[in-house]
Amino acid sequence: MAVMSEPMSADVVIRMEGVQKWYDHFQVLKDIDLEVHRGERIVICGPSGSGKSTLIRCINQLERHQKGRITVNGVELGPHHRQLDTVRREVGMVFQSFNLFPHLTVLENCMLAPLKVRGVTKDEAKATAIRYLERVRIPEQADKYPGQLSGGQQQRVAIARSLCMNPKVMLFDEPTSALDPEMVKEVLDTMIGLAEDGMTMLCVTHEMGFAKSVAHRVIFMDRGEIVEQNTPEEFFTAPKSERTRSFLGQILAH
Amino acid sequence: MIRAFGYNEFLFLLSAVQWTLLLSAIAFIGGGIVGLFVALGRTSDVKPLRWLATGYIQVFQGTPLLMQLFLVFFGATVMGIDMSPWVAAALGLTLNTSAFLGEIWRGCIQSVPRGQWEAASALGLRYPGLMRYVILPQAVKVAVPPTVGYLVQVIKGTSLAAIIGFVELTRAGQIVNNATFQPFLVFGIVAAIYFALCWPLSLLSQRLEARYAAPTR
Repeated sequence: MAVMSEPMSADVVIRMEGVQKWYDHFQVLKDIDLEVHRGERIVICGPSGSGKSTLIRCINQLERHQKGRITVNGVELGPHHRQLDTVRREVGMVFQSFNLFPHLTVLENCMLAPLKVRGVTKDEAKATAIRYLERVRIPEQADKYPGQLSGGQQQRVAIARSLCMNPKVMLFDEPTSALDPEMVKEVLDTMIGLAEDGMTMLCVTHEMGFAKSVAHRVIFMDRGEIVEQNTPEEFFTAPKSERTRSFLGQILAH
Repeated sequence: MIRAFGYNEFLFLLSAVQWTLLLSAIAFIGGGIVGLFVALGRTSDVKPLRWLATGYIQVFQGTPLLMQLFLVFFGATVMGIDMSPWVAAALGLTLNTSAFLGEIWRGCIQSVPRGQWEAASALGLRYPGLMRYVILPQAVKVAVPPTVGYLVQVIKGTSLAAIIGFVELTRAGQIVNNATFQPFLVFGIVAAIYFALCWPLSLLSQRLEARYAAPTR
């Protein structure tokens, strides 16, 4: 079942160095160092409030870090809009709550950013949108509105919408947490398909089955720190830290 | 020279309705344009813009409309600008309307879930595109019923322009009353005309609200 079709390359797509972030006096990220290689698939897990969502949201600056450096595809995120624009064009994100645009059809959802951000032609945007909707296996829903779709279908549209921007990296922020159990699989299967195509992926998720079969590396976070990171085999069979062991004990117990 | 209230007096009142409607339209359109910027300022990430918009709204919401009209009308004279009651009324009402619409629309913009901003930003849309294609189309749906409802306030507010000498419906009523001295009849008719203008708008507002409150398509 393991997806290891394409090896990751040596070049670094995302580099975080000494990243720190506070909400008022509460430190959510403590001195985060992380390198993500092209083609690498990382699963980030940890208890709620451990900073895992904040970490990936700093990569496209939905949250601003206060200290340290974040470099994406060679562009260092700074105070200037130009770098942020460049990075956001290259980084796709999928949210827990889908966040499709409810006033636009599925097709229009997928076409908006390519049209308005990349400036491609309408025909090209449409062709791309249909291609990715086929890829997530819901081309027949193209003219419906998000409200008419099930949660699983919405999340697949959200993945297609991100892919239409042709991103170098995909960030997933608990993509299956808001789904009914019977819809989790269709979304995970879509993500596995992406992994097989060699997409660089950072996934915050509690789906440990997905982590075992897809991830090159599993990162465990707690209280704003990266506590432990390892290959899935090592991580699940021989966790080094006590905190990891107790976390795994809790989520794998049932 | 007391005349009886007759057909001509009634026609005079009716013809004054056009000035009430025109003044309302100017205040509403002008107020809408300025109000959009006030609403954008109020919801901005830029602190000084937010403060400026907040202060603007508080000044206009915290003082009587009549005082605002006085200040515009007499203020212009003090500054040596010869301003007709027309221009003063239009300007005063536009400013006032923009503050109220700005505050109504702020609420509508903020009612769009945070996730919509995040998804649009993550896709690389910058503020103008994000607002135009994602946030405002959703905010407009919420905004239509209260905005139509507020139009009623604008129409009624134009009656204050009578006091700075602009001849609209209320001022026409005063003129007719001075000639006929039948205040109850005259102002009763004036009130009935206002009601005939405003009531359909109130109904429309309620109907729109019911429609938009229905579950999404």
